[in-house]
Amino acid sequence: MSASPNLNASFAALADPTRRAILARLALGEATVMELARPFEMTQPAISQHLKVLEEAGLIVQRVDGTKRPRRLAKAGIEAMDQWLAMLRKAVEKNYERLDEVLAAMEPNRKGKR
Amino acid sequence: MTTMTKLTLKTEGDTHILVTRHFAAPPEAVYRAHTDPKLVQQWMLGPEGWTMPVCENDARPGGKIRYEWKNSKGDGFFLTGEFLALKPYSKIVHVERMYLPDPTPDNHVETHFEPDGTGTLMTVRMTLPDAQTRAAMLATGMERGMEASYVRLESMI
Repeated sequence: MSASPNLNASFAALADPTRRAILARLALGEATVMELARPFEMTQPAISQHLKVLEEAGLIVQRVDGTKRPRRLAKAGIEAMDQWLAMLRKAVEKNYERLDEVLAAMEPNRKGKR
Repeated sequence: MTTMTKLTLKTEGDTHILVTRHFAAPPEAVYRAHTDPKLVQQWMLGPEGWTMPVCENDARPGGKIRYEWKNSKGDGFFLTGEFLALKPYSKIVHVERMYLPDPTPDNHVETHFEPDGTGTLMTVRMTLPDAQTRAAMLATGMERGMEASYVRLESMI
């Protein structure tokens, strides 16, 4: 049944808003743990824990740069981001499809201006 | 109908988000649908399953905005804002912030309505204070957008 254990790990990793925000930040480019910790008002160990989960899920990778270990998105992470943007688009499009209906309902009343 | 192709949503520079959408109705109608709370309440709801029980929208310079959303599970959040400038029926400039529950940094939003054939081309240009705020905002929007798919996912597992 469970063909891909990594898929489960990915979904679990994405279920946390901080981790989603970390991925959104990494979508802008590589970042160190310190840079990642800054906007979240979290300690570096707390962020490191999130990074570990994301790494184990195959969503981010790290490289060695002297004493630093900057993180960047893994290919799967990028694909996940694309999927999210598509879903955000969908939510926005949903609004505007409703607006189309609102406008269509307004139209008859507006014809020939009062 | 290829309605999906009508919408564009993209980032611009470090701090902007740009949304464009064509509407069949003329600019006057689209403008009114953005400035009449009774109309706003009917469409600005995001993903399926949310309603807007509170919709205050005082469309004049300095006028206040307050939108409150909730879903059937009792989850909710709200947004406040102020109108900065309005030019009927072509332009609305306002600022807004979400409370999640702490206020997010101000999102400065310029909405333009231009005639496009017999309809309207609407351009929404959002400006966030910095790149990280924008990233966080996109992530939050994604989070809301994702909810519906999570529900579907749960029913599939």
